[in-house]
Amino acid sequence: MSGLSALTLAEARDGLKTGDFTSVELTQAHLKAVEAARPLNAYSCETPEKALEMAAESDTRIAAGKAGAMEGLPVAIKDLFCTQGVLSTAGSHILDGFRPHYESTVTRNLWDAGAVMLGKANMDEFAMGSSNMTSHYGAVENPWKRKDDRKAKLVPGGSSGGSATAVAARAALAATGTDTGGSIRQPASFTGIVGMKPTYGRCSRWGIIAFASSLDQAGPMTRSVRDAAIMLGAMAGFDPRDSTSVDAPVPDYEAVIGGSVKGLKVGIPKEYRMEGAPPEIDALWQQGADWLRDAGAEIVEVSLPHTEHALAVYYIVAPAEASSNLARYDGVRYGLRIPGSSLQEMYENTRAAGFGQEVKRRVLIGTYVLSAGYYDAYYLKAQKVRSRIAGDFRDAWDKVDVLLAPTAPNAAFGQGEKMDDPIAMYLNDVFTVPASLAGLPAISVPAGLSAEGLPLGLQVIGRPFDEETVLRAAHVLEGAAGFDAMPDFIAGG
Amino acid sequence: MTMLEGRTGPWEVVIGLEIHAQVISNAKLFSGASTEFGAAPNSQVSFVDSAMPGMLPVLNERCVAQAVRTGLAIGAKINLHSVFARKNYFYPDLPQGYQISQYEEPIVGEGEVVIDLDGGASKTVGIERLHLEQDAGKSLHDQSPNQSFIDLNRSGVALMEIVSKPDMRSADEASAYVTKMRSILRYIGSCDGNMQEGSLRCDANVSVRKPGGELGTRCEIKNVNSLRFLRQAIEYEAMRQIEIIEDGGTIDQQTLLFDPGKGETRSMRSKEEAHDYRYFPDPDLLPLELTPDFIEAQRETLPELPDEKKARFMADYRLSPYDAAVLVAERETADFFEDVARGRDAKLAANWVISELFGRLNKAGKDVTDSPVSADSLGGLIDLVADSTISGSIAKKVFDDMFETGREAAAIVEEQGLKQVTDTGEIEGIIDKVLADNPDKVAEYRGGKDKLFGFFVGQTMRASHGKANPQMVNELLRRKLDG
Repeated sequence: MSGLSALTLAEARDGLKTGDFTSVELTQAHLKAVEAARPLNAYSCETPEKALEMAAESDTRIAAGKAGAMEGLPVAIKDLFCTQGVLSTAGSHILDGFRPHYESTVTRNLWDAGAVMLGKANMDEFAMGSSNMTSHYGAVENPWKRKDDRKAKLVPGGSSGGSATAVAARAALAATGTDTGGSIRQPASFTGIVGMKPTYGRCSRWGIIAFASSLDQAGPMTRSVRDAAIMLGAMAGFDPRDSTSVDAPVPDYEAVIGGSVKGLKVGIPKEYRMEGAPPEIDALWQQGADWLRDAGAEIVEVSLPHTEHALAVYYIVAPAEASSNLARYDGVRYGLRIPGSSLQEMYENTRAAGFGQEVKRRVLIGTYVLSAGYYDAYYLKAQKVRSRIAGDFRDAWDKVDVLLAPTAPNAAFGQGEKMDDPIAMYLNDVFTVPASLAGLPAISVPAGLSAEGLPLGLQVIGRPFDEETVLRAAHVLEGAAGFDAMPDFIAGG
Repeated sequence: MTMLEGRTGPWEVVIGLEIHAQVISNAKLFSGASTEFGAAPNSQVSFVDSAMPGMLPVLNERCVAQAVRTGLAIGAKINLHSVFARKNYFYPDLPQGYQISQYEEPIVGEGEVVIDLDGGASKTVGIERLHLEQDAGKSLHDQSPNQSFIDLNRSGVALMEIVSKPDMRSADEASAYVTKMRSILRYIGSCDGNMQEGSLRCDANVSVRKPGGELGTRCEIKNVNSLRFLRQAIEYEAMRQIEIIEDGGTIDQQTLLFDPGKGETRSMRSKEEAHDYRYFPDPDLLPLELTPDFIEAQRETLPELPDEKKARFMADYRLSPYDAAVLVAERETADFFEDVARGRDAKLAANWVISELFGRLNKAGKDVTDSPVSADSLGGLIDLVADSTISGSIAKKVFDDMFETGREAAAIVEEQGLKQVTDTGEIEGIIDKVLADNPDKVAEYRGGKDKLFGFFVGQTMRASHGKANPQMVNELLRRKLDG
């Protein structure tokens, strides 16, 4: 059945409900799309048999009137999520052949809601990267092309680049992503889809391979804001197995879709106006503010004075935590082991062969900033500045309900670009990192095209645990933008 | 003050101890895996303990309660806010590549412990802090010639690290400190104190100085697992340092291991080789916030502690400080004693428990919990002495029998006819016979050789097979000889 993979999550759900098609049909259509999308390398592991099995079970439940919120809907799972019995590698050589005996809480929640797994989405190794060039399983290609250069392969952004590409190319109705410093929002912006990072603590981190524990947060990547609301509702919830998960009720996010922004105070953080940023980014940002004002919102300029330090703080805190989180990959218990003549040598061989350049760079940075004599100057100071950054946002919430900002300082770039300049690569996160450091919910909505014909996203940031207002504003933005451009590569046809 | 004698005169030893006490809890500090000792290798390992990707620690409230109870038992400040930190280093028995511990903000702050020394003396030792941390797994190097095996059963089990101030001045004081701390831990049930199984281990920081001088450079002796080794290690290490200094050398700060086979310490790593543990707050765990109510609730669960019990024994039972200290060292012993003493002469009960029962238990390699003679039975024996049914010396023989057979004193006395003879006529009869058999001695005595009185007592007792009441024998003899 062609066309099924072009549906939104909500449309597919409604079609299953009314019996227009079955989950098995929907899943088969998607499995074909997954196959067709192979040149993009969005999946590092496909699970067609499991998908069909799950779909058949969904059809039984639908027939019995026991459909869950995601019943029968095929999705891709970022390879950072541990999935029981299914290869889970975090895009790293060091987790070769690792099939967990457990299921992450978020994916468990999705399966409990009836979702169907198409496979594991490729990603930057250990979620470290903004290009999806660092995966052991090879780069992921963005389904979008520059309008005047059809040859150049573009990056989908990262680290959830496989998830973004799968959703953009219609090779999944939706996908899970994780966001540490922008890993959901930036690739969503690069591929013209919606990507939402909920409040830190909203989704359980249990079973998600850790990058930077104080920042990592799972979220949905979808083709509409409504879809994001549906999927987030299924993913979120308190988990006693994650001490940083928050015991708060999960609202009906979809219920806020369509709500008005009349009277909503939207802040424009002036420090996000970067010198040297492409004018089209600024223009789109202004356009977004105009759309929201036209819809009845009040636009207020606000100041987040410590913004300029956010990137530096992030690139101290995240590598510090990563250097410790990644110590467990030692070749002793699972994954890759390269033997050596001594224990020390085995460690060195395994980690040298198992980790890629970017991971090694961050482990080294992280080890350095935690070292005796440097801890106070780097890690401790970064933590202090981090609380100032969070304080900036708290002050802003006295004046406004949400903040509007660009998602990324540029559109998708070519594969291989910025690879020799880590700082240029890290600058991709400049607009997404502050909300991560403050643990705030933020969403990227496709809002327009760059001069090269590539998608650009706008970001809405909200108060802690106020995903509802973020979604409401994002939906208004989505409607005003009317983004209907399609990528070059459509897998489903 | 105890001093060590060097070539250049007396030296003072300064000792601080870190005790690692395994917390009594059903589950590990951050996982639900069992903590039971002696299970098959790697049979009590959760995904968290083996550091599987994506696994997260969840704090076990029971372990927190045990740390708070221990803190209260040593009169320490309980911190309402404390933080778990990661101590990073690589080793195969440390699956995460870091140990979750507490660093700058421990759960328990300063406290103190009174230690009991020889001759009933005591001394106060300061406690610097107590914190919670994960134990590591066990590396087995003797299973294969070229491989090491790892048992993760212990990985993640909760430990309390209790750090003393450098307040001890001799190996005996260090030993007394560990003994006292062990006693407190066992009283409140926060650690079983079993040094052989490794549930109580200690590291000793040792330095030497001339009396009243500046503190010397210290060396740390790691992982000592018996009191005997602790004493040996400290004594060896102190003399090693004294000799180096007296030979004109200086002490290098280093970490040492004690080799019980050779009775010496040897270097594990120097200060230069010391790990940089890169401590930082564990982002997987929120800071631990306790409420005053929680702490009060823990306080209410504490039993009478050894020092309180000792004071009560001295006041209520009029025991000497030494006897009281011996009896309260173990809660079970103190309870046993109190059962024996109930309604009886407490000093007599203490003597029986300490001199007679402990002596026999030690010889048999048992302790009071598996004593063949119950407190009630021992009480029964003491009652027979008190009401003059048997004499003290007969009682000891009866006790031997009881210890061996587990029978009651009364039954043994009855069966063996050990009842004391208190019949004046019967004793007089025996005395008459003794006097008749020894006319020459009688004459000597009456001629002024007073010392012979003891001879007649002995003869009479022997003739009565020890059963004649000694007091009556004395009186009747005097009447007959002198009267």
